Amino acid sequence: MKNTFIGASIERREDLRFLRGRGTYVDDLQVPGLLYAVILRSSAAHGRLRSIDATDALKIEGVHAVITAKDMRSKDYPSGVPIVPMRLQPLPEFQPYEQPVIAYQKVRYVGEPMAVVLASSVAIGEDALEHIAVEIEELPAVATWQVASKDQSVLFEATGTNRSLTFEARKGDADTAFKDAPYTRRERMRTGRHYGLTMEPRGVMAEWDAANNKLTVSGAAKVPFFNRRILAKQIGLPESDIEMIENDVGGGYGARGEFYPEDFLIPFAAKHVNRPVKWIEDRRENLMAMNHARETEADLEIACRRDGTIIALRGEIHTDMGAYMRTNGAVGARNAPQFLTGPYRVPHHKVDSHLWMTNKTPVGTYRGPGRFEGSFYTERLLDMVAADLGIDRVELRRRNLIGKAEHPYKLATAQPTDAHDQTDSGDYAATLDRCLKEFNYADVARLGGKLIDGKYHGIGVACFIEGGAAGPKESARLEINDDGTITVFMGTASVGQGVETIYAQIAADALEVPIDRIRHVYHGSTGLVSDGYGAYHSRSVVMGGSAVLDATQKFLGLLREAAAKRLGCSESNITLDVDKVTGSGASLPLKEFAGLTAEGAFLNHRHTYSYGTHVAHITVDARLGHIEILDYVVVQDVGRAINPLTVRGQVIGSLVQGLGGAVLEDLKYDAQGQFLTGSLADYLLPTASDFPNLRCFVTDDHPSPINPLGAKGAGEGGIVAAGGCLANAVANALQTLHVEPRALPLSPAYIWQLVQDARKLCPDAGAASFEAR
Amino acid sequence: MPVRFQVNGKPVEVVVEPRLTLADCLRHHLRLTGTHVGCEHGVCGACTVLVDGAAVRSCLMLAVQAEGANVVTVEGLSLDEGLTPLQASFRRHHALQCGFCTPGMITTAHALLSAEPDCDADRVREVLSGNLCRCTGYISIVEAVLDARTAYKKTMP
Amino acid sequence: MKLPPFEYACPTSISEAVALLASHDGEAKPLAGGQSLVPMMAFRVASPSLLVDLRKLAELRQIGITQDGVTLGAMVRWRDILEDARLKTAHPLLVAAVEHVAHYQIRNRGTVGGSIAHADPAAEMPGVVVTCDAQIAVMGKTGARTIAAGDFFLGPLMTALKPDEIITEIRLPAWPAKRRFGFQEFARRRGDFAMAAAAVFYDDDSGKARNAHVGVIGVADRPLRLPSVEAVLDGQKIDDAVIAKAEAAASAAVDPSDDIHSSGAYRKALVGVMVERALKDASA
Repeated sequence: MKNTFIGASIERREDLRFLRGRGTYVDDLQVPGLLYAVILRSSAAHGRLRSIDATDALKIEGVHAVITAKDMRSKDYPSGVPIVPMRLQPLPEFQPYEQPVIAYQKVRYVGEPMAVVLASSVAIGEDALEHIAVEIEELPAVATWQVASKDQSVLFEATGTNRSLTFEARKGDADTAFKDAPYTRRERMRTGRHYGLTMEPRGVMAEWDAANNKLTVSGAAKVPFFNRRILAKQIGLPESDIEMIENDVGGGYGARGEFYPEDFLIPFAAKHVNRPVKWIEDRRENLMAMNHARETEADLEIACRRDGTIIALRGEIHTDMGAYMRTNGAVGARNAPQFLTGPYRVPHHKVDSHLWMTNKTPVGTYRGPGRFEGSFYTERLLDMVAADLGIDRVELRRRNLIGKAEHPYKLATAQPTDAHDQTDSGDYAATLDRCLKEFNYADVARLGGKLIDGKYHGIGVACFIEGGAAGPKESARLEINDDGTITVFMGTASVGQGVETIYAQIAADALEVPIDRIRHVYHGSTGLVSDGYGAYHSRSVVMGGSAVLDATQKFLGLLREAAAKRLGCSESNITLDVDKVTGSGASLPLKEFAGLTAEGAFLNHRHTYSYGTHVAHITVDARLGHIEILDYVVVQDVGRAINPLTVRGQVIGSLVQGLGGAVLEDLKYDAQGQFLTGSLADYLLPTASDFPNLRCFVTDDHPSPINPLGAKGAGEGGIVAAGGCLANAVANALQTLHVEPRALPLSPAYIWQLVQDARKLCPDAGAASFEAR
Repeated sequence: MPVRFQVNGKPVEVVVEPRLTLADCLRHHLRLTGTHVGCEHGVCGACTVLVDGAAVRSCLMLAVQAEGANVVTVEGLSLDEGLTPLQASFRRHHALQCGFCTPGMITTAHALLSAEPDCDADRVREVLSGNLCRCTGYISIVEAVLDARTAYKKTMP
Repeated sequence: MKLPPFEYACPTSISEAVALLASHDGEAKPLAGGQSLVPMMAFRVASPSLLVDLRKLAELRQIGITQDGVTLGAMVRWRDILEDARLKTAHPLLVAAVEHVAHYQIRNRGTVGGSIAHADPAAEMPGVVVTCDAQIAVMGKTGARTIAAGDFFLGPLMTALKPDEIITEIRLPAWPAKRRFGFQEFARRRGDFAMAAAAVFYDDDSGKARNAHVGVIGVADRPLRLPSVEAVLDGQKIDDAVIAKAEAAASAAVDPSDDIHSSGAYRKALVGVMVERALKDASA
């Protein structure tokens, strides 16, 4: 009975509760004596916080307390107010830019927490907000990276500059390579601000048991163990006093689960008033308080030989970081310059990435951080290069894709973090070929540029790699239940990916038992394993799954040892048989060993790279600027598909997010840093009508050599190439109008403006277009 | 003020402020937490329930407006054991990931299929375009709803 | 985003409703479907002291079709319009416009009266009533009156309604069977408010247009009739040349501002395209 579950499209066990409305999300939790927290947030983008007067608010019946910075006297911080430290790339240069958990001298973005109201209901808490008098002496707002770069209005007086850091991505000697290059092209492009909006907004519930020194925090997600470490230091408790509980989580996408100010404020409030406290973010808050992402501008230059093979890439990327360096805020700004080469062979690479602090919501990760932006830039450049050199753009990509035999292929190194990376395995050209075949590129490509029934047809192509399996470690534990079934405890976290089912599949195969013998899979919470890491950088299957394999081996070892003693035979004679252990003719039911537990781990410092291709067929109504997708195919090789059903769900789900970011989603500010997209009527998410014609094919032809499952992280590939693919399709469609998109999102107004601008330059454009059947 | 209505076939009576929405009343007063709140301004559809058979956004309805009404939530569309044909179809097609939008999708799909068991893919997409999902990309949800049509056709007179 | 506190009343007659509205010093508001008002209250940009729920006023839910035209009670829902098969012939322009309104769940609660009273400049129903020269019947403490649709919308979210008045019905003039019409809307996503939309109709007089009506939404602070475009159409055969002139006239007649979704220049061009496409549909 080997490997019957890995690779099978097993229906998810999680669904049984979600479909019936029996999930438990943090707002579903209730405890006696609960107080509700409502946060007073700055409505000024930049200013000195002079005073907060809650006297009138405290008079309102049902208002229990109003907490401000004055109530915080943490000995470990000079101002008494704890700071949220960076988790990833925690460079000393970033420290001055880290966020205090509550505003205390300045406010630096609309939405920054200034006070926490505790009340007997959320409604009363919101009523109270209107009665808190806040005095802010406004300062000139820094609303764009260009304004930030002037360093005239500075967010952090201590450093005197709005540039927190510059990353340098290097490989070879780009400047020399450019000197002799037969062909170069330089472009300025930009990607718009959007974010990993989750359908469930954030929430935290904290319970402080003073008698037993126990702080229980519910609503944890993504990286509960890291967050416990941060909270322990901020609140002055040992980690062993704190338990973080992960309930059901309504989406993560890189945005939920990082340590936010509220992750301190709510536990602090509970301890401060000795009552349980719950805070549930509303949507208005979520838009301005959950990590933003993706706002970059690039000035890039590519050098090629006449046959289109790339010699070098160099340039600058500017990232609008918002007001503070968040726990993982540097990731996108580091990934973009390092990984924009994607699946392509680029021998010389010199890209600087400048991080600019602005008076906007702070930036964190969103699925494929920096990679979505980088792919857009590179894919646009490749199509432009192809047109300039008269080379078919698919052929151009073929000539530049890293070959099967070239793995591991070294990618650029990023400093100052000394981040090295290399590909692992794969046949990038094979997924390109498969995608073109499934798409019927040979026939459909002929429509590129044609005007049919008033719409221009366009085809776009983009190839990608997706980095996954971030280490350094993950843990899993198995335990025998009273009834002889088995529970799996995971250090990884669930954000909805279906990990409960996947880990059950892996454990059942490794133990060679039916899958229903794995009765429970628990994840995320800090009480489950000794040292957990979480869900980020597409690591849950590889890191968590490999930890499960190690745990099953250790578990079998302990079980054999215990069973051998009981059955009086040698360990090598023991076999596990569904619900019993047998040895030398005798057997015992597994429930005789209830409580037997073994923890395993997987250590890893290399990344997996799943890869693939996007191809799109669109029409553009040039008079409306409206894009319609007629067909969109993604082919992605994931090394090894543990559950094809859920992997396809990841590809399509991340693709639609990518299309949202490419066309619809746009977080906007005015020049004074006022936040303009304050509702879901302004921030537009894809709906069921917008992108109906999507197809995906998942292959696992090239397992990853760096983990025992052979799997590769695969949750982000669908998003990475969406912007480049769609923009290339628009360029292809409007080629007779000489339109070249250089920005995302591809909103109707933007496309229309491109058409108008191109017309001014070439009034005869479009005359050569023709109606065709 | 007191409000009396039916929820999932059972009479309930609550005493609420006029400003309490039906969504919050269901979730916090009646502890039916299957209905989810995703936006509180009538866009996301996670709060969809059936009121007198019609799918409505419970975040835009006041609890006091439910006086005398017959309210059905996702719990009322579920069996004690096992899954309904609609739910089984969602599971089969992997039409949910994090599960947060799912109750709204189920109630909306149930209302649609009950009234229009012959609906086509365009109609399903049109109707579901008032329910936001961030995880699945919708393709599998539409497939699941279409695949559930036969079950609703069987039960129609 | 919990609602601010308010008092609540659920009258059983129109006169009771009017008396309640009159009693709160201009701070009371009628509650119809709640699909527009409740979100405003959730954002605390509206904070009425009293909500007067109209749901028990059954007399406001009637759809009447006579030779004089179509009357829609203020509490008629979008769903009621789409389900009333008579309206497909009695007022096809109304039906065409309502098909663009919002989403399934909203259509089960949202009302024509609520939409008119809310007066969003990009909403379809205000566009329909302005284009069709509808009469808005209202009842207030000083009695009943009718307001011409062209006089009803004063600005974004502003109408000629007094604080004590409720809309009782909307009266659309009779729609001749042979009338030619078109409705074109462009929204970012299905069901969104229009970036721009055009409703056009004209009657055919031996191959020439007569009585042309052209109304647009999304390009000004209220729905607009465009007399300069109507002048281009009246007395003419509606061919490609006339349609092109009408498109240009429509763009020239409006001066929309920039907003977060688009430049004013874009909407200016867009409304021309909407008029052009609506006329192409009408004349086909």
